[in-house]
Amino acid sequence: MSSQEHSEAALPSGRGDAHEGTVAARSDPFADPGLPPHEPRVQDIDERAAKRSERVVAFLFTLSMLATVAFIVAYVAIPVDRSVYLFPIGRVSATNITLGTTLGVALFCLGAAAIHWARTLMSDVELVDQRHPVESTPEIRSKVLADFKEGAAESGLGRRTLIRKTMLGALTLIPLSGLVLLGGLSKAAPGTKLRRTAWARGKTLINQNTLQPLRPEDIEVGSLTFAMPKGMKEEDHDFQNQIAKAAVMLVRLRPEDIKDKKELDWSADGIVAYSRICTHVGCPITLYEQQTHHVLCPCHQSTFDLSDGARVVFGPAGHALPQLRIGINKDGHLEALGDFAAPVGPSFWERG
Amino acid sequence: MVVLLFALAVTGGLYAALAPADSARADGPAQSLAIEEGRKLYAVGCASCHGTGAQGTSDGPSLVGTGPAAVDFQVATGRMPLQQHGAQAPRKKAVYSRAQIDQLAAYVASLGAGPAVPAPGQYSPEGADVAKGGELFRLNCSQCHNFTGKGGALSDGKFAPNLHGVDPRHIYEAMQTGPQNMPSFPDTVLSPKNKKDIVAYLGTVNSSTSENPGGFGLGGFGPVSEGLFAWIFGLGALIAVAVWVAARTAKAKRS
Repeated sequence: MSSQEHSEAALPSGRGDAHEGTVAARSDPFADPGLPPHEPRVQDIDERAAKRSERVVAFLFTLSMLATVAFIVAYVAIPVDRSVYLFPIGRVSATNITLGTTLGVALFCLGAAAIHWARTLMSDVELVDQRHPVESTPEIRSKVLADFKEGAAESGLGRRTLIRKTMLGALTLIPLSGLVLLGGLSKAAPGTKLRRTAWARGKTLINQNTLQPLRPEDIEVGSLTFAMPKGMKEEDHDFQNQIAKAAVMLVRLRPEDIKDKKELDWSADGIVAYSRICTHVGCPITLYEQQTHHVLCPCHQSTFDLSDGARVVFGPAGHALPQLRIGINKDGHLEALGDFAAPVGPSFWERG
Repeated sequence: MVVLLFALAVTGGLYAALAPADSARADGPAQSLAIEEGRKLYAVGCASCHGTGAQGTSDGPSLVGTGPAAVDFQVATGRMPLQQHGAQAPRKKAVYSRAQIDQLAAYVASLGAGPAVPAPGQYSPEGADVAKGGELFRLNCSQCHNFTGKGGALSDGKFAPNLHGVDPRHIYEAMQTGPQNMPSFPDTVLSPKNKKDIVAYLGTVNSSTSENPGGFGLGGFGPVSEGLFAWIFGLGALIAVAVWVAARTAKAKRS
């Protein structure tokens, strides 16, 4: 109501004069409708309803108190390792479920009581408080400007040129220290890290399950085996960094099923070794379907055909999986005949 | 399902009680009788797809050298006989009895050597290292079957099934034989002890008795997906409540 009055009062006084004679006077289509008249709630007019609301709020607060007490009791009384069967969920930890439920009830009742209190008992009359101008008074502004001018004159910046010039020099040079530090980043550049892995000529293939060297007769057609280069230990400091690049899967194909000549050349007895890292964004990719020899990536469904040089047959990957050239050494173990010919994993700017 | 499991348990128990006498004279008349019975069952139920001599046809692969473990897995889980051709054979109610499955297995074993049906001691959780099993499962199996064996999708309608409620014996046989598109994990690359550990791990994390301290597992996809679920659905619920709270209060009707 007060806003209605205000909006009418605030209309520009010259407005009617400017438009005089051009169009017939019409009521403003965007007039501020103001606030609707206040309608009372049941609680505003019926004291018994208000009492009822009061009791509901008090009940919710009491429930919250009881739940908090139950939380403390449960924390003290229930052993941490006890599990209970809860119908739709299954076996869950008794402590977790009780603490969660009681704390949840306590917090919910606290909030619900506050909201019910505000909605039914507190005043719901909308109040308008006009905004005040943010600008300072002319007196304050002129004083601040005068103070600033006086300070500038007293600093002598315009008169003492030596100070001014050396200050400018110092301020110009100070960012250089940051630039020099940035130069240190060049030492952390990847270098050949993205191109080289732990594989090298003569490294024996170690079965990751049994940690024993692999023999060609261990690997059957249709089986899937994971290998790492000899000399790597899971306890090593950088094992995870190294295996993330060197991870290899071994699959035996019938030589007549291998369509790619280079793949056949790089295999040993029909056993082929491929990188396990998808060339799209580097997900581990070993969803090997032994009937189709397809390998599927679980992240974006890139599919590679292991019988045809791990060519991409579906999905967003841009390169075939890098093949590790393997052979059989004099002990009858499988060994690598060099590192991967192509960088493993996703493309990078300088990959070429 | 319960009846079936009960029947399997009873017949399995009976078989265990009777089997030593058979295996003591493996090439005796009992064994050749089993092979003969198996051959008859095969001719009726399997030969139409796998060929009269199990040599394989355009409708089904050769069974020579697949071994009794493969027969036990495929037939006892109901995957074979196949109901209809499709992306892959789903698990269903077993058609053959335990004795018939053993006869079929004996027949297929007589065609060529293959993985044998594991003994109960090989897949029972006693003496297994569950933590090691978890490591091996994450290395070898989780890419398809998910971190706790809840299963997942593959290409062209194929899928890695949920391993909840699968008999440990069948999990062991699946690793040995590599049914359908699953690769095999022969004893030479995944030792019998490794397999036992994996079976024990699955019994711990994905069975009706496995504990989940936090409640809803959401498929065991890990903290990222659980966090995403909490953000979308938890925050969504909070926003809905906030909108309701801010709505106009109920008014008394004007008289």
